[in-house]
Amino acid sequence: MSNKTIALAVAAALLAGTAHAQGISGDVVKIGIMNGASGPYAAISGKGSVVAAQMAVEDFGGKVLGKPVQILSADHQNKPDIGSAVAREWIDREGVDMIADMDTSSVALAVQRLATDKGVLTINTGAGSTALTNEQCTPLGIHYAYDTYALAVGIADPVIRAGGDKWFYITADYAFGHSLEENASNVVKATGGKNVGAVRHPFPNNDFSSYLLQAQGSGANVIALANAGQDTTNTIKQAGEFGIGRGEQQLVGLLVFISEVKSLGLQTAQGLKFTDSWYWDMNDETREFTKRFMQRHNAAPTSDQAAVYSAVTQYLKAVEAAGTDQGKAVRAQLGKMTFNDMYHKNAKLRPDGRVVHDMYLMEVKSPKESKSEWDLVKVIDTIPAEKAFIPLSESKCPLVKKSS
Amino acid sequence: MDISFKAILIQGMLGLNNGAFYAMLSLGLAVIFGLLNIVNFAHGAFYMLGAFAALIGLTQLGGWIGMPDLQINFWWALLLAPLFVGLLGVLVDRTMLKRLAGLDHLYGLLLTFGIALVLQGLFTNYYNTAGTPYPGKPEMLDGVVNLGFMFFPKYRLFALVFSLLVCLLTWYLIERTKLGAILRAGTENPDLVQALGINVPLLITLTYGFGVGLAALAGVLAAPIYSVSPLMGAELIIVVFAVVVIGGMGSIMGAIVTGLGLGMIEGITKVVYPPASSTVVFIIMAIVLLVRPAGLFGRE
Repeated sequence: MSNKTIALAVAAALLAGTAHAQGISGDVVKIGIMNGASGPYAAISGKGSVVAAQMAVEDFGGKVLGKPVQILSADHQNKPDIGSAVAREWIDREGVDMIADMDTSSVALAVQRLATDKGVLTINTGAGSTALTNEQCTPLGIHYAYDTYALAVGIADPVIRAGGDKWFYITADYAFGHSLEENASNVVKATGGKNVGAVRHPFPNNDFSSYLLQAQGSGANVIALANAGQDTTNTIKQAGEFGIGRGEQQLVGLLVFISEVKSLGLQTAQGLKFTDSWYWDMNDETREFTKRFMQRHNAAPTSDQAAVYSAVTQYLKAVEAAGTDQGKAVRAQLGKMTFNDMYHKNAKLRPDGRVVHDMYLMEVKSPKESKSEWDLVKVIDTIPAEKAFIPLSESKCPLVKKSS
Repeated sequence: MDISFKAILIQGMLGLNNGAFYAMLSLGLAVIFGLLNIVNFAHGAFYMLGAFAALIGLTQLGGWIGMPDLQINFWWALLLAPLFVGLLGVLVDRTMLKRLAGLDHLYGLLLTFGIALVLQGLFTNYYNTAGTPYPGKPEMLDGVVNLGFMFFPKYRLFALVFSLLVCLLTWYLIERTKLGAILRAGTENPDLVQALGINVPLLITLTYGFGVGLAALAGVLAAPIYSVSPLMGAELIIVVFAVVVIGGMGSIMGAIVTGLGLGMIEGITKVVYPPASSTVVFIIMAIVLLVRPAGLFGRE
């Protein structure tokens, strides 16, 4: 081999090397799972979400485009400033390519904005505020699982049809609670119900008796809980103590995960209806995932954790198809895809960042109906994707071009 | 909603109920600070341990030790859980806190804060952070009683009366008995008391055990009302510290009266202006610190 050919070969190898480096930044795909791992929502997301993300990476083969995939995790303590600081460090120093989970809307809104400014994709599975894909939508922010509108639509209709037409809200006093209360009131009004009042409690909170008694005296026949996690379980438990929700007034949980049902116990929670995006016992695929998940985690997966699995899987598929982990390119690729896995069926990503998919109305089983430890709820209705989310034509997202 | 006198009365009553918990927790803190000069940030974790001790004793302990029929009911838990957690406190003091004697407050604060994080982390690993229900509320305390102006759950009334009794007993023990006199003297001048032939280190260890035992007792009482969760103490401890600061660090009566009073003020705030209910305690704390830096009942 002449010197010339060697030189050419070296040059070619170098070029190939640089071409590859353009594909995957830092020669590794880093995915950050950020959630409130130590707060009232830890059972919904927390460590389980990290486990789900790791499973997704392993199921994908551990590598994408020949480069390793790494999962990072952090606790944002439900504080937007901490979440932002973590995101900044992840992106600037660690070279994180995508951030997922982000339960707690106030944190999610801050991180989504920050990540988009830095060209990094966020796939939100944990937070509920509709502002994420409306007033505060961003080009790289994706809202992957439920939102507060979907929750309200799913539950308001059946409750009002059954006669519960006067609603009072016990609301967690921050972005998520406000969004949930607003969406629910709108849906209730549109469905022919009446909103008679609301009381806002600090987040997180321990004693709900005071708010419950205010709700009791409000003249409402539905007490809607616009809170989540441990706040919801404590509200329901304490309502039981005061005998609220057993007579003419009924309690409606606007956001309930199976971790809360488990915490309340079937005896207390039976008959409770709520909207969710996924349940572990829906089909063979979900059961298979759950079986593997429970070998690594001490609880059945919540819909949030399942969504994290799906989000990481679809993200890696998009990186592979786009040939790069560059945020904009992957976002464009995701926009072209139809998501099908154990979490999503034929779900689509819209220009505003909203992923539209079916939602389900669930009912908590009675202790008699339950056959095993995690046999907690049954799916009683499906809310089709086109009805479950705010239609694109009504979106307040500036990224959506209005065809008027 | 119009705010009637009755509504205020109802909220005041609910607030008093929470205040009793504040009082019992801040009492333990005040006793510990008074005698050990330690800002016990692990107090919330011991409160959580008390609740878990009751829960585990009722639902799991039997299975663990091969006696599936063994169930420690609520009444026994009221006695045993504080004893057990108190012993744990004695252990913590003997193995760790003792080494910090004479050092700056900051060291004790950091150590106890660390202990709290470790304990919470441990329980987060094994238990649902959304909380686990405590199934052992005695049947005789089910239901409600008519107080004239409201229906009040029997259990809450019991918890209120019980914790008030415990608070008063503690106050009596420390302010009116010989043992208490020695304790107080030990606070003022440990060297002199030691010179009189009293084993001050032992006294200190037992006091720490007693203080965290009180926290555990509050935990057992709280278990049937709230979900038993690894983080139940972390959420409460900040308010309780504010109570101690307002009452005057180390003041026994101050801790009791302030705990009850602030619980009521907080309760009434929940109906007058709900968004402020979580901050009202801290606003009062700021004012008290400005006007009386030693606290309402503290000595300058």
